[in-house]
Amino acid sequence: MRLELKQITKKFGDFTANDKIDLVAEPGQIHCLLGENGAGKSTLMNVLYGLYQADGGEILLDGEVQTFQGPGDAMAAGIGMVHQHFMLVPVFTVAENVILGHEPTKALGFLDIQAARERVREISNRFGFDIDPDAIVGELSVGVQQRVEIIKALLGDAKVLIFDEPTAVLTPQETDELMGIMRQLKDEGKAIVFITHKLREVKEVADKITVIRLGKVVGEASPTDSSEELASMMVGREVDLSVHKNPANLGDASFKVSNLTAFNSAGTKVLDDVSFEIQKGEIFVIAGVQGNGQTELAEAILGTQERVSGSISLEGKELLGRSVKKVLDSGVGFVPEDRTEDGLVADFTIAENLMLDRSDRPPFARGVQLQLKKLHQFAEEKLKQFDIRAQSIFSKAKQLSGGNQQKVVLARELSRDLKVLVASQPTRGLDVGSIEFVHEQIVAARDSGIPVLIIATELDEATQLGDRVAVMYKGKIVGIVSPDTPREELGKLMAGVTQ
Amino acid sequence: MNQQRLIREIFSGNAVIPIFAVLASFVFGGILIAFANEDVQEASGYFFARPMDTVTAVLNSVFGAYDALFRGSIFNYQAATPQAMIKPITETLAFATPITLAGLGLAVGFRSGLFNIGGQGQIIFGAMFAGYVGLSFEAPFLIHMPMAVIAGLIGGALWGGLVGLLKATTGANEVVVTIMFNYIALLLLTYLLKTPVFQAPNQVNPISSPVAESSRLPAILGDGFRLHFGLIIMLAMVFVVWWLLYRSSIGFQFRALGFNPNAARTAGVNIPLTYVLVMAVSGSLAGLAGASQVLGADKQLTVGISATFGIDAITVALLGRNNPFGVLAAGILFGGLRSGAVLMQANQGVPVDIVLVVQSTIVLFIAAPPLVRALFRLPKPKAVQA
Repeated sequence: MRLELKQITKKFGDFTANDKIDLVAEPGQIHCLLGENGAGKSTLMNVLYGLYQADGGEILLDGEVQTFQGPGDAMAAGIGMVHQHFMLVPVFTVAENVILGHEPTKALGFLDIQAARERVREISNRFGFDIDPDAIVGELSVGVQQRVEIIKALLGDAKVLIFDEPTAVLTPQETDELMGIMRQLKDEGKAIVFITHKLREVKEVADKITVIRLGKVVGEASPTDSSEELASMMVGREVDLSVHKNPANLGDASFKVSNLTAFNSAGTKVLDDVSFEIQKGEIFVIAGVQGNGQTELAEAILGTQERVSGSISLEGKELLGRSVKKVLDSGVGFVPEDRTEDGLVADFTIAENLMLDRSDRPPFARGVQLQLKKLHQFAEEKLKQFDIRAQSIFSKAKQLSGGNQQKVVLARELSRDLKVLVASQPTRGLDVGSIEFVHEQIVAARDSGIPVLIIATELDEATQLGDRVAVMYKGKIVGIVSPDTPREELGKLMAGVTQ
Repeated sequence: MNQQRLIREIFSGNAVIPIFAVLASFVFGGILIAFANEDVQEASGYFFARPMDTVTAVLNSVFGAYDALFRGSIFNYQAATPQAMIKPITETLAFATPITLAGLGLAVGFRSGLFNIGGQGQIIFGAMFAGYVGLSFEAPFLIHMPMAVIAGLIGGALWGGLVGLLKATTGANEVVVTIMFNYIALLLLTYLLKTPVFQAPNQVNPISSPVAESSRLPAILGDGFRLHFGLIIMLAMVFVVWWLLYRSSIGFQFRALGFNPNAARTAGVNIPLTYVLVMAVSGSLAGLAGASQVLGADKQLTVGISATFGIDAITVALLGRNNPFGVLAAGILFGGLRSGAVLMQANQGVPVDIVLVVQSTIVLFIAAPPLVRALFRLPKPKAVQA
């Protein structure tokens, strides 16, 4: 089935998320929709899937104009979607999940789960998925859950399949396998729309590439174009994708984590005897697929992780068991994984956010009296220094783009006297320009002679930024390697394979 | 939807909403007044014969009622003496004093993400502490009065702070706890008013003796008016709360906690301690309201010392959007409704309850949109989405 989007326009208030977008996906082709976060890719797909109503334009399937009031209509018309965040019920079995919404019934309305099982087996065999229809979804790995999503789409007899940032949660191996599945689907004659901002993947599987920027199609590209060319199109200017840094000038190991073990509230071990040391002037990256204990490690350092034992020391001082305030005061700069949730107060101004962790002391307070003049002066300075794009220091944090929000967090943390910098996924969801800036700042912190700990989920970032890379798997450090270790080997470590 | 986010949503949004809510509620109240009016009912019986009769009756009833409300709350131009003319506005301010004080307290809680609806209980505790100091000994005015006022502040702070402590240590929900604490406080007061601790000698009723002259908040405009020094305390507190919230590091942390507790925690704010502090500050202001009642207005402890001020304070904080000056404006509005309702009933036969209806519809108009969304799990209307 041929999918054609004509002049799709979608507005949210004054903001135009999609501006007259044209897109054609042919059967038997993988069509990549490439764009930065916030470029309008997901909005476009939500329009296509009936989750949003377009303000203008048409959706055509095999030349016929469609109107989708909701996902049900889109599915009925043959469009299947594999969501970025899985839409699965964790406590249901695979078979139960895939029939949810269009349950097959026998006489008297009894659920025909047997038929569902058969269909799951059939599709699973066809693609070599090896999925047990009776497995509980919540117990499956993320990669397998994604396959359940794919089966779900195929069961609805989808002829156009949309993959919305499908690789964000996968290991490199799982990503490769997904690429294989996409090729197989394409060979079966499905039209595939693959939404991503990762150039490597695009170059690997795309037949056609449409690049969108700020809600507009900026052009078509070919998979044979270089990564720099694709990135430039995506960002709209020349970009340099590599991280520039001088050889590390190492000092003594001042940040030490030893035998760190932690349990979550359910009693599961989330950190398993984690030990490492970071030298002054070194960037130490923890790589690994999301959810393997990285969050807990960061929280343990900050002092918000409960049920944790072992030791975390900074210049000989023990941090574990201290309050967050004491940890921060002892010189830990902390960039949280989720900046909107943990890093910023969205309703506070930039200025207020800049003093969030120092509001009770000079220069921002004398006694309990806030020194607003000094704060505003400070904020003006930081606005310039960190190139925070905002109307003024009184703009609220929620009005800023992700990149500018992260700059506020960095400006705040790097303005303190740091003895170590801990940053969790510092470039998550940022545009290429902001990523460059954040990387520069991190390298600058390292060159100032402090140990830097980065938690990264993107392998490219880990190897480019890191002076050493540790791989975490199921709460354990399964290997500490040099950043020039081959990708395949790192991928194996990320999947928990150790020789 | 979690409770904190719901609270945040109710209090955020457009600043003109309260103004429209008040206007709409007055219109709604007018409709009710017209419907309940006997002349209107009679005239509408022959509406098709002489429709103008009905219209006139409606206008008469509504304007008559609101005119009485005005005369009863702001300026009585029909009164015989200048003193009687300005009496209504002083009555309004007298009512506004405890409502605003308690409203300020609750606003501090709401700003910090704590839904303190224990205003009643905290007022009662403030009144009991202040009353005890006022009743139990004599001292020079300059010592006794401030002592009694501060005792009231401490009483409210303790009763509120205890809730914060429970929340911090056990994770107890402050809404549930404060509601329960209101009952405990009221029953405790009722009990103590029947024991020699508070009950006046030779009394069978649960009433205390008058508090010592030296502990009373002096009248401002002489004995002819109910206005007393509590008004000055209230106005001062408006500024103190403004300073606390917007100019002090403590208030900064309060607000950070209210907007985003996760970010506050990550930035090193001691969350449990802040819970206790917020509730203590919140309670202390309600405690001042109690002190103002017992030392200034009633001059003795009664079971009804807190009236419904603690409940009105919730609406006042809501209407004032948790801004100290907004709370002051809302407090005066509510004081006016209270003092005006009396004349409205006496003069026009409009039941006092109509004022309650107006007050309640104000709450409904302000709180309804997010509440309805939360109840039916409707998506929030989004202005911008990337």
